[in-house]
Amino acid sequence: MEKVLLPEIKDYHKIDIYVAHGGYEALKKALSMKPVDVTEEVKKSNLRGRGGACFPTGLKWSFMPKETTKPKYICVNGDESEPGTFKDRQIFEFNPHLLIEGTLIAAYAMGVQNSYVYIRGEYGKWIRLLQKAIDDAYAKGFVGENILGSGFNTHITIHKGAGAYICGEESALMNSIEGERGYPRVKPPFPAQYGLWGCPTTINNVETISCVPLIIKNGAQWFAGIGAPKHPGPILVGVSGHVNKPGVYEMPTGVPLLEIINSYCGGVPEGKKIKAVIPGGSSTPILRGEQLEGVCMDADSLKAASSAVGTAGLMVMDEDTDMIKVITRITKFYYHESCGQCTPCREGTGWMFKILKRFEKGEGRMEEIDLLMDIANNIEGNTVCALGDAAAWPVQSMIRRFRDEFVKRVPEGQRATAETLA
Amino acid sequence: MFSPENLNKIEELRKRYPTTQALVLPALWMAQEEFGCISQETMMYIAGLLNVPFGHVLGVVTFYTMFQQEPVGKRHLEVCTNVSCYLRGSAEIVKRLKDRLGIEPGETTPDRMWTLSEVECMGSCGTAPMMAIGEEYFENLTPTKVDEILSSMK
Repeated sequence: MEKVLLPEIKDYHKIDIYVAHGGYEALKKALSMKPVDVTEEVKKSNLRGRGGACFPTGLKWSFMPKETTKPKYICVNGDESEPGTFKDRQIFEFNPHLLIEGTLIAAYAMGVQNSYVYIRGEYGKWIRLLQKAIDDAYAKGFVGENILGSGFNTHITIHKGAGAYICGEESALMNSIEGERGYPRVKPPFPAQYGLWGCPTTINNVETISCVPLIIKNGAQWFAGIGAPKHPGPILVGVSGHVNKPGVYEMPTGVPLLEIINSYCGGVPEGKKIKAVIPGGSSTPILRGEQLEGVCMDADSLKAASSAVGTAGLMVMDEDTDMIKVITRITKFYYHESCGQCTPCREGTGWMFKILKRFEKGEGRMEEIDLLMDIANNIEGNTVCALGDAAAWPVQSMIRRFRDEFVKRVPEGQRATAETLA
Repeated sequence: MFSPENLNKIEELRKRYPTTQALVLPALWMAQEEFGCISQETMMYIAGLLNVPFGHVLGVVTFYTMFQQEPVGKRHLEVCTNVSCYLRGSAEIVKRLKDRLGIEPGETTPDRMWTLSEVECMGSCGTAPMMAIGEEYFENLTPTKVDEILSSMK
């Protein structure tokens, strides 16, 4: 497949090169269409959000009220903090104008005057790269007042985060833009009704927004025909861990995980076996190596395998990996990043981390395996936002699929006693 | 007090947001870059500048990990130990850094040259293990590479 999100064209990040290769043509085309038709085209393309939830993008846009006296807003989510995810960074660096063009088209479709690109604070270098691209786009008249003589005005502002994973959650992100602590909001009301400053707001991931110019330029049919029919389009898969060639690969959705690992990434170093993979960032349920046959990188295939496509951040673990260390580290992350608003998540993540640290040292207790499951089950679904679920899923799936590893971390004497009692 | 340049930036940003409270994060970033860290006095100043309560500014500063209330060393070394980096040997990188600098994560060397922090995923998983010094990312690290980087910065 020809690469369209990250094309292999030298200096494509520069506005002149981008324009020379047909850049901003999709914006011109969109400006000649009725806004509602732009949304309709995105709907028909079956584009689904690339930030983890896979929500249909066109449908999301159509929730924005057409008749309103309030200003409307777009937030582009570039918080990219899910461990194992490093794809949006590639767009900021190598194809920033695609992101800008997509934001402009989305703004036109929804009648938005101000868009905010929220980028994690650690990405200082990439914030500067994107800012340069935005400045260039302003200078060329693609952003700002009366864009390309159409009478349409819209602005794009980068908002820099400051090291809080939770701000990737859309309502926490809005609070962060408003200058608040990044606490998620209770939903409903949903952002399309009550978003930034109580006004209609749409939040889309960087990669999602970057697909928009491609859809407008090449047509919804073209996009819908790429990859898995129910979750189509190009997708950026970030592969990390035990593979020979880790990195971000652009591919159609629906490529088998084993093909990604073996063909795209040159297999596992030293020909070792795959013990496990986490398919879509650290919150997605872990899969055993033996389970991977036939599982593909798209929403439905991974759902059928009891996991999720998430952010398509594929982490590969070879046969020598200590799964207890992995789950302890993941849990530490969610413990650290819990915003503290909801009791089940604030307390539960800490309890899980405490117990897992005992297992890590080989001091686990037999009954604590079920206790861990119990805590995870009581976090899941009982919090304002999905961070609670994100903390629970890895623990639940690790116990389901690698229970033997937990048992091995219980001192031998106690293991026997507990089993006899059971 | 902000430099005239930063005050100009604040004025420009006011046009982009409907409330002044939305400028709290941008202003805190400017303060941290200009003064090195964010003291109570700075928070008072920002609260006055943006007409928001001091308590609100304090609440924001304490919520976000990257805002520093105490000065850090001249070079802030942040090493990722999350899963992708762990799988590629971040433990060895941390160990080498601790040995070379003689400090634990969370500490600053007595000469205030280096601060070492263990951090969460920085989005460099395909080039793990990694560390950042300021805004610069150092990727595909090995203990030897760590030695070279530290020596080159002395």
